[in-house]
Amino acid sequence: MSHVANSKGRGGFIAGFLILPLALYLTFVIWPYIQTFGYSFTNWTGQSPTFDFVGLDNYSALMKDEVFRGALLHNLLLLVFVPAITILISLFFAFMLNAGGRSGAGGVQGVAGSALYKVIYFFPQVLSLAILAVLFGAVYRSDEGGLLNGFLTKLGLVDPAHPIEWLNEPNFVLWCLLLVVVWHGVGFYLVLFSAAMQSIPKDIYEAALLDGAKRAQTFFKVTLPLLWDSVQTSAVYLGIAAMDMFVLVSTMTSGQFGGGPDHHSEVMATVLMRNFLYFGKAGYACAMGVVMLVLTLILSAITLRATRREHVEF
Amino acid sequence: MTTVIKAPGEAAAEKRASATGHPRGKRKSGSDGMVLNVFSHGFLAVWGIMIILPLIWLVLGSFKTDVQIGESALSWPANWHFDAFPRAWDKGIGSYFANTLIVMVFSVPLTMLLGSMAAYVLARYPFRGNRPIYYFFVSGAMFPVFLALVPLFFMVKRLDMLNTFQGLILVYVAYSMPFTVFFMHSFFRTLPTAVHEAAVIDGASHTRIFFQVMMPMAKPGLISVGIFNVLGQWNQYILPSVLMQPQTGSDPERYMLTQGLIQLQYQMGYETDLPVLFAGVTIAMIPMLVVYLSFQRQIQAGLTSATLK
Repeated sequence: MSHVANSKGRGGFIAGFLILPLALYLTFVIWPYIQTFGYSFTNWTGQSPTFDFVGLDNYSALMKDEVFRGALLHNLLLLVFVPAITILISLFFAFMLNAGGRSGAGGVQGVAGSALYKVIYFFPQVLSLAILAVLFGAVYRSDEGGLLNGFLTKLGLVDPAHPIEWLNEPNFVLWCLLLVVVWHGVGFYLVLFSAAMQSIPKDIYEAALLDGAKRAQTFFKVTLPLLWDSVQTSAVYLGIAAMDMFVLVSTMTSGQFGGGPDHHSEVMATVLMRNFLYFGKAGYACAMGVVMLVLTLILSAITLRATRREHVEF
Repeated sequence: MTTVIKAPGEAAAEKRASATGHPRGKRKSGSDGMVLNVFSHGFLAVWGIMIILPLIWLVLGSFKTDVQIGESALSWPANWHFDAFPRAWDKGIGSYFANTLIVMVFSVPLTMLLGSMAAYVLARYPFRGNRPIYYFFVSGAMFPVFLALVPLFFMVKRLDMLNTFQGLILVYVAYSMPFTVFFMHSFFRTLPTAVHEAAVIDGASHTRIFFQVMMPMAKPGLISVGIFNVLGQWNQYILPSVLMQPQTGSDPERYMLTQGLIQLQYQMGYETDLPVLFAGVTIAMIPMLVVYLSFQRQIQAGLTSATLK
């Protein structure tokens, strides 16, 4: 009886439920993804309906494109530093929150008020990058009205007559952007690591304490290995974010779609957008998209491989 | 700010509690623990200030005058001007806000509905091609959106949906699909089959079972993934900035809030009216703050489990 009912209209039901989601997904996600590869071999401008097949010309032009190479270098730099700094700070804070308190009868315990800290730290995560861009644009203002300059002037570290032009200093601009990403991300990864730490059974810590382990030892020998899965996932996520950076760079730095001063904060995404929407080089921009994809995939593979550890079950 | 004031008091209270309550803890690391506690609170409080201070400073800026903002960063508003808020609203923040709401009223429920439908069928009905379709859906999450951007623009253009709400809604739904299907798929798998079978015996159709039995049971999952989609679509910047530009001179501006804020930033840079910009950002922040404070537990849990899964 139940089998009859189960099979009645089953095929139609499956098809009916899949058709709309699949159609949308194919039209707006998969098909454009596939088209990008095709367009990347053409000299399409985006405006004209006609274009020629130019083979690998776009890719070889990319190799010679100084601006793109600089952008690639910046992306790689961010790729190393954004995950490293964010993960280190959030691990440190997560450990503080969960094990930084006094050692009581229960062994290691968290600091008081850790819930409040988590609420505050996490808040930037719900703000849009556009809000961050405006906020930090104001913080980095090149006169005394900027929070950073105002603060440093007050401390006597900066001459009020010559405040630092954070976002216009070729050597500072990329680090200023990196700071925004870290500011934004730490709360989220802290909560993530915190959740993972809390799932570690208390008796493991107690056993370590009984064996005479110090706090630092506990962290490196017990906590970190058990957190490794989350650290690895975080590294991939942060790496993908570091490959993008479009919103912050294009809105906070000078130039058409950002990248200034003099291409010192250029990332691949901003070069792509400028070529597409400003120079009208759609085919060339597609080739950049493909390069970004390849790098993202390589990055994920490397991170997963490099950080592979034996999985611990508990 | 509150952390700074609160931290020492709480630390002292804790110290007292553990000194009286847990004599065993004193044995090994009494003083060590106290030093560490001060040390931890010190670092934690500094970071807390680093998070809150810029935000408060920005909000205060919307009560200052432009001249006062430029003169010194660390000044308190001299006279509290409230007029920047209505001016920001009139400069477009009001309509950008409305535009974002219009899009999300449709895009979020549609994302949840279509995503759940696909995930449900893929999770609970074995059929030929099930696995490939599932991986096909999920793989979309791996690719950077920049890969699709150029052809996507022309696809939407060909459909005559550039700078239209319906165009952006469909694109948002499509790009939210990989994650929604992925998340709901694992959720539907965990639901018990007994209820499903009982409904079948009662003669309910597949569609009816989905809407009246499975969807209500999947509510916790729907809430998690719903939060994720709301935050993701509300904060989206790249898709609207490519797809929602007026196409002709007579085409109306249908900017989303994030896009509108950046627009306001350029505009206020020329007009040198920073209080309006700061007020605009404050207005944009308020709903997120309210939503966050009301649902912060669910948001933290939802986003964390979303990443780990």
